[in-house]
Amino acid sequence: MELVADITLPRRSFELRVRLTLETGTVALVGPSGAGKTSLLRALAGLERGSRGRITLGDELWMDTEGRTDLPPEHRRVGYLPQDYALFPHLSVAGNVRFAARRDRPDLLERLRIAHLASERPQELSGGERQRVALARALAREPRLLLLDEPFAALDAITRDHVRSELANLLPTLGLPTLLVTHAFEDASALAGRIGVLDRGQVVQLGSAAELLESPATQLVAQLTGANTLAGIAEPAPGGSLVRLDGGGALRTSEHASGKVDVAIDPWAVTFTEPNASELTDTVVSASPERGSLVVRLTRMTAKLPLGVNGGLPLVAGAAVGLRVAPEDVRVFAAQAHTGDA
Amino acid sequence: MLALVIAFLILPLAALISYQPVRELLHGFGTRVATDAILVSLKCNGIAFALMVGLGTPFAYVLARARFRGRSVVLTLVELPLVMPPAVAGLALLVAFGRFGLLGGAERALGIDLAFTQAAVILAILFVASPFYLRGAIAAFSAVDLTLVDVAATLGAGPLRRMLSVAVPVAAGGLGAAAAVAFARGLGEFGATILFAGSFQGTTQTLPLAVYSLFDANLDQAIAIGVLLIIVSAAILLTAKLLARSWNSSPTSRFPGGRSSFASG
Repeated sequence: MELVADITLPRRSFELRVRLTLETGTVALVGPSGAGKTSLLRALAGLERGSRGRITLGDELWMDTEGRTDLPPEHRRVGYLPQDYALFPHLSVAGNVRFAARRDRPDLLERLRIAHLASERPQELSGGERQRVALARALAREPRLLLLDEPFAALDAITRDHVRSELANLLPTLGLPTLLVTHAFEDASALAGRIGVLDRGQVVQLGSAAELLESPATQLVAQLTGANTLAGIAEPAPGGSLVRLDGGGALRTSEHASGKVDVAIDPWAVTFTEPNASELTDTVVSASPERGSLVVRLTRMTAKLPLGVNGGLPLVAGAAVGLRVAPEDVRVFAAQAHTGDA
Repeated sequence: MLALVIAFLILPLAALISYQPVRELLHGFGTRVATDAILVSLKCNGIAFALMVGLGTPFAYVLARARFRGRSVVLTLVELPLVMPPAVAGLALLVAFGRFGLLGGAERALGIDLAFTQAAVILAILFVASPFYLRGAIAAFSAVDLTLVDVAATLGAGPLRRMLSVAVPVAAGGLGAAAAVAFARGLGEFGATILFAGSFQGTTQTLPLAVYSLFDANLDQAIAIGVLLIIVSAAILLTAKLLARSWNSSPTSRFPGGRSSFASG
């Protein structure tokens, strides 16, 4: 079953235009808030008025603005999980699932490990349990397309990790084309084989998580994958260019560029040195061990060092340090007028 | 000060209830005038209530969700009878539906005569009481998280099922509270009814009208019926309060959008 969609949605300051083909498997769209991610899912589900374009699933035509076809949501067979799951508060867990199936589905309750909660009301459940109920309810509809909107937004950090790996195990077993939208790259990379980055209404890059990390196409992609971005002015220099950063200091890059640019540096590409031994200095805001690395937050960027490696420098709050980045680790993008907060 | 206010509110009630011995009071409940009025009140209010809830609920649901030009005008029109003096409402109904009123000709042609019939009592109650229900119902439906209704659609529910199986139960507390207030208002309806329907024992004389007509003839009986009305109204008020409380602490209003989920999976 293949979903082919070409959707145009008017937004306040731009127009969202997304063309996508989904086969069985999970695709994630990542973008900053306001990029139109939720509206896109709602348009696919048939809930967003004002969307134009064409949507087909297999040989079913769901929407064709030109042919004046617009199937209402109740006829689209979509499993839609909104951010807050929207469980019916007046129905029990079993009742929520029954609403979609119009009969009891103990097998689904069993499969999603919520059978013991069958008679509970949604408000009694934890965040992870709510998500499982929402999934069971969506699957009870026997959907042909699964849409997940920020599936972890309603969860605290600890639950989030747990639920994410749960979902990562479950999704491939469903055999459904699945579209997930999120602002968090790590959620996308944990669940989806292909990731698209949405910026100002366009998919600016589509690829595997590794491809996006290795060669981000735009500054926003770099930012979403966790890179530091700084603005500056580039001028040619031996072996590449020199970028004079706004706010002082300079970085050398092996790329050739000139004029206003943004540079992206991965946190693990930064090393520390004495302040007077570098063209770029900064002040430590905090340094704390996180997940096997020493995360050093500076005023202008964040660096990640392997634990125990600090170049013999006192990385304490207020300490002035010099920063070094190998020229091949400094990626340059033409400067953008906005920073993706549209 | 507080004691004074409470005394002022309670004193008339106490005076009414203690005016005659309980035996006399119970006797007053059983007189012909009283039983006739009880039956007329029950029947007319019952029918008006059914019409109000049956037609008003979908109307309020649509009005709560729809966005169209002139919506605020419609909302104001709905609330207008709330501030209209009941006697004026009765006059308005008379000149609209009465024999010589706006629709009088059409009614004569169809062989119906509304004024001074039980149908007129029902119309008067509907006109005066249903705005209380509509206003409350619109507010209750507006408070329903739209995502719930949208998700119901993706789960295969058509418009009617979305309303009946999701919006109405989620808004039930607010709907019930509004219905109780409207019912109480209808039960006490006097001004519009007496002008539009008259006060004929056994056909249009509701309980409040019976109180008025007995006021000169038999004060004891008038007071007995008054006590009966107070008891019923107090019961309705209590019901409304309980329903409103259950509504205010319902999950949708406690956790807007259900986003406060917490704890481990």
